Amino acid sequence: MPRYALDDDSVAVIIGSGAGGGTMAHELTRRGLKVVLLEAGRRESPASFSQNIGEAFSQLTWLEPRSQSGTWDAAHTSPNMPAWHCRTVGGTTVHWTAATPRLQEYEIRARSTYGDVAGTSLVDWPMEYAELKRWYFAAERRMGVTRRHGMPGMPASNNFKVLYAGARKVGYKRVHTNYLAINTKARDDRGGCIQQGFCAQGCKTAAKWSTLYTEIPRAEATGRLDLRTGCFATRIEHGADGRANAVVYRDDKGQEQRQRARIVCLAGNAIESARLLLLSASGRFPNGLANGSDQVGRNYCHHLTSFVWGIFDQPVYSWRGTTLAGVVEDENVHDPRRGFVGGYHLELVALDLPSWPLASLPYGWGRDYASIIDNYRNVAGILINGEDMARADNRITLSSTVKDSSGLPSAHIHCDTHPNDIAMRDHARQQGRRIYESVGAKRVVISEGSTATHQMGTARMSVDPSTGVTNPHGRAHEVPNLFLSDGSVLPTPGAANPTLTIVSLALRQAEHIAKELAAGRV
Amino acid sequence: MSGPQSRLDRREFVKSVTGVLTGVLVASMPFVSLLPSRAWAVDLSGLNDAEGAALAAMIKTLAPHDGLDDAAYAMVVGAIDRGAATPAAVADLKAGIASLGDGFALASEATRVERLKAIESTAFFQGTRVTTLLVLYNNPFAFAHFGYEGEAFSKGGYLARGFNDLRWLPEVPLAASGPMPF
Repeated sequence: MPRYALDDDSVAVIIGSGAGGGTMAHELTRRGLKVVLLEAGRRESPASFSQNIGEAFSQLTWLEPRSQSGTWDAAHTSPNMPAWHCRTVGGTTVHWTAATPRLQEYEIRARSTYGDVAGTSLVDWPMEYAELKRWYFAAERRMGVTRRHGMPGMPASNNFKVLYAGARKVGYKRVHTNYLAINTKARDDRGGCIQQGFCAQGCKTAAKWSTLYTEIPRAEATGRLDLRTGCFATRIEHGADGRANAVVYRDDKGQEQRQRARIVCLAGNAIESARLLLLSASGRFPNGLANGSDQVGRNYCHHLTSFVWGIFDQPVYSWRGTTLAGVVEDENVHDPRRGFVGGYHLELVALDLPSWPLASLPYGWGRDYASIIDNYRNVAGILINGEDMARADNRITLSSTVKDSSGLPSAHIHCDTHPNDIAMRDHARQQGRRIYESVGAKRVVISEGSTATHQMGTARMSVDPSTGVTNPHGRAHEVPNLFLSDGSVLPTPGAANPTLTIVSLALRQAEHIAKELAAGRV
Repeated sequence: MSGPQSRLDRREFVKSVTGVLTGVLVASMPFVSLLPSRAWAVDLSGLNDAEGAALAAMIKTLAPHDGLDDAAYAMVVGAIDRGAATPAAVADLKAGIASLGDGFALASEATRVERLKAIESTAFFQGTRVTTLLVLYNNPFAFAHFGYEGEAFSKGGYLARGFNDLRWLPEVPLAASGPMPF
């Protein structure tokens, strides 16, 4: 692996090695660029992943404290960890459950489709759906998504059998084992799924796509990737010309380093990318780097979520098998007769015994509560994932109360639930209940939303520089060689788990960067 | 530094034992036959015997799972006891246990529930509830009692061990799922 000099200003510096950053690292190195990839976490592997839940959590999770506020559920269900993502090589692609739905066309035209919904900051995406779809195809083929482009679907687990029977009984038609970036057979130099059920602890057969063991090794194979682990970016610097020219970071020995840069791609996830821009304020950018629009950190979305557990008289053994291998797509439409705009997915879900009461049951104690847990073998599960409304004041700012271990202000997440979110969530919960009751559930238990696992929107794309942070290719309006390569660029979230969209936009952005470089426009 | 002398420097030996919880494992646990004895003891380094017993009874009232070995509840007590790392924390814990009232461990379940409702808004109650959730369901006794099979990679996952063995509902059509990979 090359080690580029800190004063080498011909390198591209990528911050974050997850879905966006890891993909960009491969895309830029294979096109001939020298890349420094900064990752705050350590490098793990399928061999080092642990199926001890507590150990895995400590190994992979972003554990630095944050503050939060607002009326969202996490404020009381998960106040000390309002968001759950990773700090490891591969980022959250190590922990994710690999659901890869596409956004629908109406979802990227949220403002035109839903209208002027009070209290929201809805916009239309600045691109045509045909353009996005072209890159969805590229990403799906790259990642190996089941049910797409001739890849067979995942076989049906016990948990899915229950979902399928109930969903069909209440009238749903589009019910299947989901679009998953998981090999069902060995493929792409990786193993096939053996239905372990520990997807969220790192896939020990590498069947689940992760940049850790796909994009990053391929970037390394070009001989042009300098991956620096344990390196936490603390500031992006710019010159008098307004161009980014260096990234300051704390290295794995706690020393401050400064890497010069020709191009900077920021892919720290929507929370940390926004935070880094805010931390990089300067005389020229007093509200944060590239933040003349005041949109950095704003329009934060995380999807509205809720668990619905059906308890039956007979065993389901829901923990056996791929965690999210099932979906009901029928509600992922715009049908305001339901009482809300936008739509949602009902996704199959299961949890290990240690996590289940802790992370997914409502508050309770005593004999009745314990009787729920006594039924762990007989439980089937749905995770609701719906489009939450983008709101200007749902935002990431710098915390005035909490600092991280390097002494910098942590991110503060403020999120107020919108009435549309509540109406959608109530509908989804009712439908989840109907699904399980239709096939004989003796009890249905529903939780509130918990820690946010999807982070989006905090550097949204726009045509007009006054209404967004980045242009339609994720390039900062005000800093021509700064790119956002993660979920922060999504102008609205739709109902789709965001990773496929992030990878697709990264592939597209890399092609754009190459063209712009060749034309002398970066 | 290594050797037998250094073992006396380990913290467990420096902290004095102030109390102990004891019990006997239920014979039906599969691994019990491998143990030299079914008797167990959890040493407490901050609480006395009576406080340990009261705390165990509180945890059992928070999460009453008939048939779940007392050893699992003792593990929660042990975790709470170890978690009180400063004299102030130990004092807070003792005060919390005192707030359970006299004779808590021997009171009826209905009485124990009423006493817990009275202190439900306290940090002691909420902290104990969270530690119960963290520990009670994450040990071999709980896995055996609730039927959770735990770590799967070393056993080849569930592909051939029942991931799709449910028969009380119809099989899913292939069009909505996919073929087995072998």
